[in-house]
Order: sequence, then C-alpha cells, then structure tokens
Amino acid sequence: MSHCGQTEIDTELQADKKIVLAGNPNVGKSIFFNYLTGIYVSVSNYPGTTLDISSGKMGDAAVYDTPGVYGVGSINDEERVARDIIMSADIIINVVDASHLERDLFLTQQLIDLDKKIIVALNMMDEVEKNNISIDLEALEKELGVPVIPTTAAKNRGLDKLKHSIDQATKGNSIFTNNQELAEEVKNVESETGNKADALMILEEDENIRSQYSSLKTVPALREEIYTARRQRVDQITDQVLSYDQNTSQLARKIGAYMLKPVTAIPMLLVLLYIIYQFIGVFVAQTVVGVTEELIFVENYEPFVRNIIANTIGLENFFGQLLAGEYGILTMAVTYIFGLLLPLVAGFYFLLSILEDSGYLPRIAVLMDRLLQKIGLNGRAIIPMLLGFGCVTMATITTRLLGTKRERIISIFLLGLAIPCSAQLGVIAGLIAQLDVFYILVYVLTIFAVYVLAGTFLNKVLPGESSDLLIDLPPIRLPDLKNVFNKTYQQTAAFVKEAGPIFVLGAALITVMQKTGLLALITRGAEPITVNWLGLPAETATAFVMGIIRRDFGAAGLTSIALTPAQITISLITLTLFVPCIAAMMIMIKERNFKESVYIWFGSWITAFITGGLVNLLIF
Amino acid sequence: MTLVDMTHGNKFIIDKIEDKDTRLQALRFGISEGSEIECAGLMPGGPVILKKNLQEIAIGRRTAEKISVKKKGMI
Ligand SMILES: Nc1nc2c(ncn2[C@@H]2O[C@H](COP(=O)(O)OP(=O)(O)OP(=O)(O)O)[C@@H](O)[C@H]2O)c(=O)[nH]1
Ligand SMILES: [Mg+2]
Repeated sequence: MSHCGQTEIDTELQADKKIVLAGNPNVGKSIFFNYLTGIYVSVSNYPGTTLDISSGKMGDAAVYDTPGVYGVGSINDEERVARDIIMSADIIINVVDASHLERDLFLTQQLIDLDKKIIVALNMMDEVEKNNISIDLEALEKELGVPVIPTTAAKNRGLDKLKHSIDQATKGNSIFTNNQELAEEVKNVESETGNKADALMILEEDENIRSQYSSLKTVPALREEIYTARRQRVDQITDQVLSYDQNTSQLARKIGAYMLKPVTAIPMLLVLLYIIYQFIGVFVAQTVVGVTEELIFVENYEPFVRNIIANTIGLENFFGQLLAGEYGILTMAVTYIFGLLLPLVAGFYFLLSILEDSGYLPRIAVLMDRLLQKIGLNGRAIIPMLLGFGCVTMATITTRLLGTKRERIISIFLLGLAIPCSAQLGVIAGLIAQLDVFYILVYVLTIFAVYVLAGTFLNKVLPGESSDLLIDLPPIRLPDLKNVFNKTYQQTAAFVKEAGPIFVLGAALITVMQKTGLLALITRGAEPITVNWLGLPAETATAFVMGIIRRDFGAAGLTSIALTPAQITISLITLTLFVPCIAAMMIMIKERNFKESVYIWFGSWITAFITGGLVNLLIF
Repeated sequence: MTLVDMTHGNKFIIDKIEDKDTRLQALRFGISEGSEIECAGLMPGGPVILKKNLQEIAIGRRTAEKISVKKKGMI
C-alpha cells in the first residue's frame, strides 16, 4: 500500500551483490539511487528526507538508499537503520558533499576503518566551483586509498562514470596503519568476533553490535579516542587537499543570512505565509476550483452522467441513487476528488516542493526553536508539522527525524489533532476566504490556541525531557523545476490513489445510510450537539459522518450546505480538530501503537466538540 | 564565555565541550576543542549559528551554553 507518496520497498531482494549508498544527510544520495535503479524516491534540500531504506536493482546487483548519517552508530533511529545495512554491504558508494569535506570525510574514514570496499562520489562539484574551493583530487584519492569520482548529481554530471567505476571500489587506508596502539586493540577484539567491522564497532561502544556477542569479555571503551584520532586524520587530509578562497560573497549566502536575522526573518516568513494564502486560498481555491468544480464537473460532467443513468437504469431506484444521486459515487465522489481536491492538493504540493528544495525549512526550524521548546519539541519538529499541511499521514512517518520518543509522541498527537492536511486546508481556505477578517482570525487563533494548549499539556504530563536542536543548514538553492514537478506529480497521484477508493466507499456508505433512514436518525440524534451546542443546522451531521471517514471529505461536504459566516467558522473549527483520517490512523498504529492511536482518536472527538461549542458560546 | 555570549560576525576558538555526547557529535561534524569557528547568528533566547568554512550549523541554546569558547587571538 502506498501512503501519500511513500513507496513500500522490498528489502529481501535476491541479488549477487549488495551495493549501499551511504553518506551524510542532504548530500544527494537519493539522486544517485534514482539514477542507478530508475526508482524515484523523494529528493529535497533538508537533512532527513530519506528515513527508511529503499532498494532497487541494477543488473544483478541490489542497490540500497539509506538515511543520511554523520557516522555509523546508534545515536538515533536513522543511524540504527543505516548502520545495519552498511555493515552488511559488499560495496559502499560513499556520497560526499565536496563543499563540506571536513564534515563528510569523517564518515568516509569510518567506513574505511570498518574495512569496507568503497568508492567515493565527490558530489556537489558545482558548489565547489561556485565557492572557489580547490580540491586536489589525486592527493585525496591517494590519502584515502579509494577511488574518488567527481560528480554533480543534480546536473547529471559524472553519474555515468561513477556507475561504470563501481567495480573498482577498494579498501582504503585506515587510521590503524599509523596508530599501533589502536590497531592492537582492534586485533584483540577481532580474535574473538572473527570480524574486523564488528570488532571496531564494539570498541566504539555500539551497544547493539556488542549485544550480539554475549560471550565477549570486557572490552575497553575507546569511542572518544577513536573519534579523536579519526578527526585528526581527516583534518590532516583536508589540510593537504583543500584550499579556500575566503572572499566569495554570494547572493544565496546573503539571503540565507537574512532568513536567520530576526529583524528580516520574521517579515520574510509573514510574506511567505501571505503568498501561500494568496496562491492556495485565493487563486487555486477560488479561481481554479471555480472552473474545475463548478464549470467542468457540476455544470457539465454531472448532468451528463445523470442523463446517462436516467436513460439506462433510471435515477429513482437504489442503484441510480448510489451511482448518481445526491451522494452518488459517479457524481459527488468524482466531483470532490477531481474537481475540488485535486487542484488544491496539487497546488499545495507544488508550493511545498519549492520550499523543500530551497533550503528554507531548516532555517524556519532555527527561527521556531524557541517557541517549540515550550511545547516539548525542538525546532526540527517544524519540518513534520509543515509537511503535515501536505499530508498528515506522510508527516507522521517524517517524525522519525526527531530525536526522542517523547518528541515523536507529542508531534504525532499534534499532527493528528490540529494540523489540517492540504485537501482539507484547501476546502477550508476556499470557504473562509469568503468571510470577513474577523472570522478568519477566530478560526486561526482558535486552532493555534488548541495546538499550544495540547502541546503544553503533553509537555507537562509526559515524563522526560526533549532533545536540543542540532541541525546543519544547507545552502539556499534555486529549486530545480523538474524535481519540483516530479515530486508534485508523485504526491498528487498518491493522494488520488489513496483518497479515491475511500471517497467512493464513503459516498456509497452515505447513500446506504440515507436510504435506510440511518442518516436521518443520526441527524436527529445529533441535534443536541449540532444544533443546541454548536449552533449549526441539523444537516451538518452528514458532514461529520463524512469527516469520520476523512476530514477533507467532511470539509467538502460542508460546501453544499447553506451556512452563515459564524456557522462556517464553527463547523470548520470542529472539523479541523476532528478525528484524523483512516490512513493517518493506520500509520499512527504502525509508527506508535494501538493504545496511543485510540487516545488520539477519542481525544480528537472530545477536543473538537468542546472547542467548537465554546467558540459558539463565547464569541458568537 | 560560552557560545551564547559570542557576537555576530566574530571568530572564536572552541575551548571546552563539557558534555560527552555533544563532544562526540561535534567531532563528527568537524568541530572539536581547538577548532576555529565564526558566529553566524544568534536567535534571542534561541539557537546559535556557527560557521566553519562553508558549513553552517545551528545549535540549541541548552547545548550552546555548555560549550565554552575564547576570542581568537587570546590564549
Ligand atoms: N548544487 C547541487 N545540488 C545537488 C547536487 N546533488 C544533489 N543536490 C541537491 O541536494 C539536495 C539533497 O539531495 P538528496 O538526494 O535528497 O540528498 P540525500 O543525501 O538523499 O538526503 P537525505 O535523504 O536527507 O539524507 C537536493 O536539493 C538536490 O537537488 C549537486 O551535485 N549540486
Ligand atoms: Mg535521501
């Protein structure tokens, strides 16, 4: 099954050779993976895009893409995932960001020390040229003892050469050749493990590897010594091969700096929000949807379908109603998906892809760090939160990039509770843009208040403390349009595939409920809540029933009910806070567990109706 | 002085990193005791941004307070 663009991958590939792409975060590994296997996996300009192993075939060999890591170890989930696959590789393609050699070669040296066959793809050579860095390739190759192929993956340079050089991968010069003491220690442990790589990882205090050898005697803890020796070796190599021309000043760097100075950064962020609102809420939700939903689907497509049904099986029977009635699967479901939601979702992913590729997201993380600390998160959590506006399901998976379990619980809960996804947000934006600023403010501030209160509450009750921010900031780049369109297309297609069947089933279910009288029963039964407590017309119960299936389905259901501005605001608040969609629930169960997911589900019901009612009581 | 006391645009030398985990993580990033870094930004009450050659890293406040630095040129 695919969830908003995440493809499930077969990790049990049968192959002669296991080729693993390894490297620091955000260096271009996934582009190499795309090139070598022909499989598209997401590529973005922030560390932590890939969080799972992807695999594919290249001839007889299996190729694996891994999450970026700064070293082989067990500091977080990404590292544990990457470590296991790296340890079992036959050949490692180590992708290195040539403009950050000091940082990246630490991992390279560690891979060499682990006695692996390696080939280095020295990527981002265009950045090297732009910044007037010069790298002595021959010296680098000689010092490392492994082949080094310069590449510019984003512009498809050097990829072909790399592909044809993979077989030249060799074991390089380890730090132990010049360090007798450490070499002895490794040899000692190796005599017991029978494996040099495991021996080194045990000396580097890796608990997981250590636990595989229960009979092992006590081993000295040498992580700091080894790391220090490795760092010294890397510094020595870079001193020799690198020279900088410090006096480069580029526009992109200046923009990057302005994004981090509060005086300029906050206005920039507000302008960005305004552009997003204008593009999605006004242009797509009104102008584009006006054409697609109204003109194409409601005025032309639906009458056409109804006509056909009326002339064949007839409209006034159960099947006619099921196919083309008020909630018909050929009429309402199709109009909602293709006329209403598709343009909104595509527009949203288009903007999100541009943002992802620009390098702005990690900078927003820095700006927001202080605020997010107050609800037990650190700045990095802004990345899943922003992606949540695209698709909560996918964002729930992205929470893996957060440091601790505690942060994951808080952010998954908040995502499920208070972050509307693109489809829903689009409908909301379309409805709300017709209202006065006052109502928009009530909506935004209420959702924000619930978000902050829920976060503060969780931060208080959950034991432990959250981790501190540590993130490297990629350079600001002009997004590559091809990648932006590719990503938008992939994610939009995934949306249609996922939401389509659910909408069809949901529409059929509602028709059945209507025909059996169940809908009328629920509508009447819910009156104390809908009419008395929330102050809404009784038929909004239908939208809430639809909302249980998917929140965007529910929001779409509202568009056909006549409501006053206050009623629109209240029903939107209630629906936004309402239960997460079925797909998101399934991912939550998978990523966390059943109990927590059920808490989130019922918690959403309660929060949604209490908040909606309070706003009705206090403000309108 | 620690990272949070730095002034924007000036160069500093890392003096001591108290916490062991932070020290090991910093070693991977390329920052160790004795490295020269530049302060590329300070969020009021928030993270500190360090620059070393072309690389920029943002460090949360709590960690930053535990890393001591000295002005370049002073011993
Ligand atoms: N200028 C330039 N940009 C590149 C190059 N290679 C990759 N990029 C960009 O670098 C960013 C990261 O690429 P990815 O392929 O997502 O990197 P990754 O290593 O898979 O990243 P993680 O999955 O987060 O570890 C994207 O925005 C790419 O467009 C290159 O050679 N030059
Ligand atoms: Mg990747």
